[in-house]
Amino acid sequence: MVTAIIILSIIGLVSASLLYIISRKFHVEEDPRIDEIESILPGANCGGCGYAGCRNFAEQCVNATSLDNLLCPVGGNEVMKKIAPILGLKAVEQAPRIAVVKCNGSCENRPATSHYEGAHSCAVVAALYTGESNCNYGCLGEGDCAAACEFGGITIDPVTRLPHIDPNICIACGSCVKACPRNLIELRRKQEPRIYVACNNKDKGAIARKACAVACIGCGKCAKNCPNGAISLTDNLAYINDSLCLLCKECVDGCPTHAIQIDKTTDGHSVLTKEKESALC
Amino acid sequence: MLKTFRIGGIHPEENKLTAQCPVTEAAIPRQVALTLNQHIGAPANCIVKKGDTVKVGTLVAEAGGFVSANIHSPVSGIVSKIDKTANAFGIYTQTIVIDTDGDEWEESIDRSTELNDKIALSTDEIIQRIAQCGIVGLGGATFPTHVKLTPPKEFTPTVLIINATECEPYLTDDHALMLESPEQILIGCRILMKAIGVEQAYIGIENNKKDAIALLAEKASKYPGIEIVALRTRYPQGGEKQLIDAILHKQVANGALPVSTGAIVQNVGTAFAVYEAVQKNKPLIDRIVTVTGDGVTRPGNYRVRLGMPIGELIEIAGGLPAEVSKIILGGPMMGKAVSNLEAPIPKGCSGILMLNERHAHRGPISPCIRCGQCVSVCPMGLEPYLLAKLSENHLFEKAEKESITACLECGCCAYSCPSNRPILDYIRIGKSAVNQIIRSRKQS
Repeated sequence: MVTAIIILSIIGLVSASLLYIISRKFHVEEDPRIDEIESILPGANCGGCGYAGCRNFAEQCVNATSLDNLLCPVGGNEVMKKIAPILGLKAVEQAPRIAVVKCNGSCENRPATSHYEGAHSCAVVAALYTGESNCNYGCLGEGDCAAACEFGGITIDPVTRLPHIDPNICIACGSCVKACPRNLIELRRKQEPRIYVACNNKDKGAIARKACAVACIGCGKCAKNCPNGAISLTDNLAYINDSLCLLCKECVDGCPTHAIQIDKTTDGHSVLTKEKESALC
Repeated sequence: MLKTFRIGGIHPEENKLTAQCPVTEAAIPRQVALTLNQHIGAPANCIVKKGDTVKVGTLVAEAGGFVSANIHSPVSGIVSKIDKTANAFGIYTQTIVIDTDGDEWEESIDRSTELNDKIALSTDEIIQRIAQCGIVGLGGATFPTHVKLTPPKEFTPTVLIINATECEPYLTDDHALMLESPEQILIGCRILMKAIGVEQAYIGIENNKKDAIALLAEKASKYPGIEIVALRTRYPQGGEKQLIDAILHKQVANGALPVSTGAIVQNVGTAFAVYEAVQKNKPLIDRIVTVTGDGVTRPGNYRVRLGMPIGELIEIAGGLPAEVSKIILGGPMMGKAVSNLEAPIPKGCSGILMLNERHAHRGPISPCIRCGQCVSVCPMGLEPYLLAKLSENHLFEKAEKESITACLECGCCAYSCPSNRPILDYIRIGKSAVNQIIRSRKQS
């Protein structure tokens, strides 16, 4: 009994001193500001800032010489304003952004030509075939974006089978952008209203139109009519540069296929003005 | 005791409804469409323009790289369109459309049916001819044959294996071909042996084709070095690694080329196409396609010109059955469902299978019960349930450690899953993501 106590005490003592020596010898000097910044950050670890979690972002902030390219999308400008004095840097006010879906291929707009029965994942469908419609570029409606959103900001509309992004929740972290196998989601400036081309079809006009009633046919009318030169045309597809757009709606009214969308936040919901009632797919 | 591969495998219902149907010539289509990427590797480069007149066998597209294949016109007529059209899966790809006008063949093609068993060409000339004639692996993988016949220098082939297993249910095109042209296949086999410089060849045939085994064994006595091996009927015996294992009892290491065991595997349809290319100078312009399934009026093995619309061949076989719910290009295990019937038949199409609602339906997905059925049937010794879960959760690095790239996508796992889980669907995307990671790692 006594021997056991003595032996255990000796082992304990030796281990403790060893641990002490090792922790002293291999001590890593860390900037205390990293911990401080990390405690301010929301702790979502979403990766929306472009770094591997909140701690990594805090490290990047400490090493940075300016906060120009650093933004925590969850905390936004408020959090950045708190971080700036710790580092002795100036907080840069950045325009908030929001995810938009560049497809309006609801069941009514693009008729289904086949029925898919398999794993409910857009990535799986995209690897197999063109999807339930004839459009090679449009939304597949299986909800990879909704599954990727850590904040529950995306739901698949049961009527249109298109993702619906809640503007009050979306913090533009970009998870959905990466999850979409067809690259349909873009982070754009969060302004009222938001005007964008809700189509990603790069096929020639005739093919695009055949697959979907509201496809961009690349006619270039919008680019010609835009007073500020905000619209460019590449691969039969128009693109509106949101930093040049004056929100004049000239393009929206002129688009022959209604491919250009006006998206705005009303009563906490994002409403598409051209939305129509359509039957279930 | 019949030979077979060591681990895993299943024996689904064979359903070889067309096993006794002889090869029937299908009518020449009014229009053919030739997609430029109907083989594995770089797409071919179109060398004709709209309005050009072509004959049967005229080269219309040249191989676009080292791993690529020539494409020839399967009909005589006029090039009416060169544009993107939807393939069988609805994906728009560059296509040459030719309107048929008569049936005039290139003079260089020997159209006689006379058997020619004198192999006059040298090794290099054979490989060159195979490349010129646009021959690709006709088992379904469509890998350019001339590339497979020139393995990397560090490997010396010692044996040729002809894959005549036809392990997929329903399909009988290889079976019909063996009954129709046994000698041509054997000469094709001798040509391939000469091309890779080996003295020994095995033709592996599953035991559910006893008539083909007997016929080929009888004819093979005239051709030295060719042995017919009867194999136990088991899917996926036609997989390259499984066939090498079954016949030679050698295993291909993970990530290694099958030729590292000394064996080069070619499909029996390819051997026949090689015979026609080398002895008759006939490019790959037609193939045998099994049209079968539930309620098909005239199921059979049809010799069709490549590029014929899928719908037209279905019409020849009696039209779409009323209760059809799914149409598959290839066999039921590895084939892919078709969404566009106007699309052309590509080089790799071995069958068109029409299934009714009952057969096509995938049951409701329920949670994995860890029964281990998928593990026991996996011919590569993988853990499919785990790979599927890792892919589903985007844990690609872990999936790589679990050898996801060794998966041959045979579908045994999904077939035997009592919970109807789409195991293979997820493994497939995981595999392509891992391959992409490996490629980008190599580049950097």
